[in-house]
Amino acid sequence: MTDFLRSDFLPALPPPPSREQSWREKLFGDARAAAITLSLLVGAALLLPSVVRYLFIDAVWRAPDGALCRAPGAGACWAYVAAKAPFFFYGAYPYPWRVNLTFALAGVLIVWLLHPRGRAKGYALAGFFLGLPVAGFVLLYGAPALGLPVVGTNLWGGALVSLIMALAGIAAALPGGVLLALGRRSDLPALRWLCVGIIEFVRGAPLIAVLFMANVLLPLFLPPDWAPDRLLRPLFGIALFASAYMAEVVRGGLAAVPRGQDEAAQALGLSRVKTLRLIVLPQALGAVIPGIVNNFVALFKDTTLVAIVGLFDFLHAIEIARLDPVWAGPQIALTGYIFAAAFYLGFCLAMSAYARRLEKKLAAARR
Amino acid sequence: MGVRMGLFVKSQTFGALALAAVLTATVSRADTLDQVLSRGVLVCGVNIGLAGFGLPDDRGFWRGFDVDYCRAVAAAIFDDPQKVRFTPLSGKDRFTALQSGEIDLLSRNTTWTQSREAAQGLLFTGINYYDGQSFMVRKARKLQSPRDLKGASICVQQGTTTELNLADYFHKAGISAETVVFSGGDEALKAYESGRCDAYTTDGSALYAQRLKLAAPDDHEVLAETISKEPFSPVVRQGDDRWFNLVKWTQFALLDAEELGVTAANADALRQSDNPEIRRLLGADNDFGAGLGLSRDWVVRIVKAVGNYGEIFSRNLGDGSPLKIPRGLNAQWRDGGLHYAPPVR
Repeated sequence: MTDFLRSDFLPALPPPPSREQSWREKLFGDARAAAITLSLLVGAALLLPSVVRYLFIDAVWRAPDGALCRAPGAGACWAYVAAKAPFFFYGAYPYPWRVNLTFALAGVLIVWLLHPRGRAKGYALAGFFLGLPVAGFVLLYGAPALGLPVVGTNLWGGALVSLIMALAGIAAALPGGVLLALGRRSDLPALRWLCVGIIEFVRGAPLIAVLFMANVLLPLFLPPDWAPDRLLRPLFGIALFASAYMAEVVRGGLAAVPRGQDEAAQALGLSRVKTLRLIVLPQALGAVIPGIVNNFVALFKDTTLVAIVGLFDFLHAIEIARLDPVWAGPQIALTGYIFAAAFYLGFCLAMSAYARRLEKKLAAARR
Repeated sequence: MGVRMGLFVKSQTFGALALAAVLTATVSRADTLDQVLSRGVLVCGVNIGLAGFGLPDDRGFWRGFDVDYCRAVAAAIFDDPQKVRFTPLSGKDRFTALQSGEIDLLSRNTTWTQSREAAQGLLFTGINYYDGQSFMVRKARKLQSPRDLKGASICVQQGTTTELNLADYFHKAGISAETVVFSGGDEALKAYESGRCDAYTTDGSALYAQRLKLAAPDDHEVLAETISKEPFSPVVRQGDDRWFNLVKWTQFALLDAEELGVTAANADALRQSDNPEIRRLLGADNDFGAGLGLSRDWVVRIVKAVGNYGEIFSRNLGDGSPLKIPRGLNAQWRDGGLHYAPPVR
C-alpha cells in the first residue's frame, strides 16, 4: 500500500547559474551574445564618427547669416539655432523675463512636489493647481494694475506655448481623469452615462478633429466678441482629450484594487470620501504609474498638433523659421529638427526617469 | 498656388459645412471700419509662413509683402502701422476666419478666382501680386522658355493644381515631357537638386524661396515665362462697401505713390510739390480721404509707414531681399508690367 509513496529523497539538482553576471559575461558570455554585441559595436563605430563630425566638428557655430552654413561640407548650422533661439522659445513675446519667471516658478513647484524628501507638499499642491495658474496668467498675460503691460496671446509662441499646453493638459488630466473614472463607476445611472458618453465620444474622435472643431466651429456659432481666445480654444480641447484618456488609465487602476480594501475601510467607519482618498486612490494610482506617465509623454508630444490651428508651438516655430530666406540652405531644416528632437527627448526622458524611480519606491513599499 | 489649392479642395466638404453655418446663423454685422476703430487694432489674416510674403523674423516680428499691406491699412486708419494683430491662417481656415468675422482683412497670397468670389461671400480688393507657375532649371542648360523642356523630366508635387497645369501646358503645346511626381515639395526639390529631373515646377514666388535651399542657388534660375495665372489679392467680406473701398484704395495709393515717385523718405516734403497729381495724392489742396472714412493725409500716412509699392516689393521680394525676384509682370504699366492704378482725384 505504500507503492505510491517515495521512501527516499531524489538526488539534489545543481544550483541554477548565478543571477549576478559581470558585464563581460553579459556582453561576451557565449557566442551568440558576443556576435550580437560585436555587430552592434561595429555599427556604432561606422555611424558615430560621421554623426559627431556633422554635429560638432563640421558644425558652424557662429555666423551672421546662412552664407557660411551653405558652404560645401558644412555640418549642422548651430549659428542659425542661436540666432532664432528667442523665436523658438518665446515666439514674439516681448518680455522674456516674464516667461522665464513663470517657468522658474513652475519648475520649483514641480521639484518640490515630486522630490522624495519634500516637506509640506500640501502647499506645493495648492501652489501648483491654484497659485501657478493665477500667477502664470498675471505674469504672462499681464496686469496693467501691477505695471505689467498686457501681452495678447497672438504674440505667444515657441516653447512657451508648448509648455503651457503640456502643463495645462497634465494639470487638468489627472483630476479630470479621476473624476471621470469615478463617475463611470458611480451607482447613479445618469452620472455614469454622462461620464461614459464624454469618455467614449472624446476617445472616439481624433485630437485633430477636436482641435479643428474648437477652432473653426466655436467662432462661427458665437458672436465675434464672445469667441474664446485663439490660445484657449486648443487648450480646452487638449484638456478634455487628456482627461478622457486618463480616465481609462485610472479606471484600470481602480479595477486593480481588491474589493476587500473598500469593505475593510467601510468596516472601520471611514466615510466614502475618506475611503477614496486614503485607501482606494493611492493604491489605484500607484498601480498605474507607467500608464499615467505614458499618457503624459504622449500628451507632451501631441501638443505639436496645435500648429494646425495656427499656433506657433516649439516644433512649428522651427518649421517656420527654416523658411527664412536669410538663413535658407541645405542644412537648415535638418539642424532645426535635430534641435527639436533634443528638446522633446530631454523632457520625455526626464518624465520617464522620474516615473521609474517612483515605481521602484512604491514597489519597495509594497514588499 | 498649387499646394494651397490642393489643401483647399480637400477641405471643401468642411468648407461647405462651415459656409452653411454662416449663412443660417448670419450675425448682424456692424460696419467693419467702426469695429476696427472701436477695437483700436486691425486684425489681419496672414500666411502661417511663406518667405517674402509673411514670416516672423528672429524676434517674432512679422515681415513680408502681405504683412506690409496689413500695416499700410493700419497706417491709413490709425497713423500707426503697428496697430495690427496678425492671425496666421492655414489654407484651410483662411476663408472661415474671414466669414466668421474673426479677421477684418485677409492678406495672404490668395488667388483670385471666380468661384471664391461668387460662391463664398468674399470680395477680392485688387491684384497686388501677379504670380504664375514657372520652372526652375540649371543655368548651364541656357533654357529660354518652358517650350525648351521638350523631352525633359520635370519634378512636381503630387495632387496639386501645379501637376494639372503642367499636364495641360504640355498637352496644348504638343510636346512631351516626363513628369516625376513626389508627395512633398521638399522631396521634389531634393530630387531636382540630385539631378533626377531637369526642372522643378511650382508657383514662381515659391520657386525663388526654394532656390535658396539649394547648395548652390546661383547655379539655378527661374524661367521668366509662366504657364498659369495666379493673381494674388487681399480679401474682404461681401456687404461692406466702405471697408472694401478703403482697402482697395490703400492698394491704389501704394501704386500711385510709386508711379509719382513718392517714397517713405520724401512723402512729407512732396506735399509742397508743384506737381498737381502729387498734390492731389497727398491731400495738399483737397480732402480725398474723407470719402473713405480716412484723414486728409491718408496717403502720406501710408507711404511714410511702409513706403510705396516699389519699396514694399524691393524690401520683401526684390533686390533688397535674399529672394531677388524680378519685377516682371509686377512692374508699373509704364515699365512693361501690369500694375495700373486709377488716379486719386
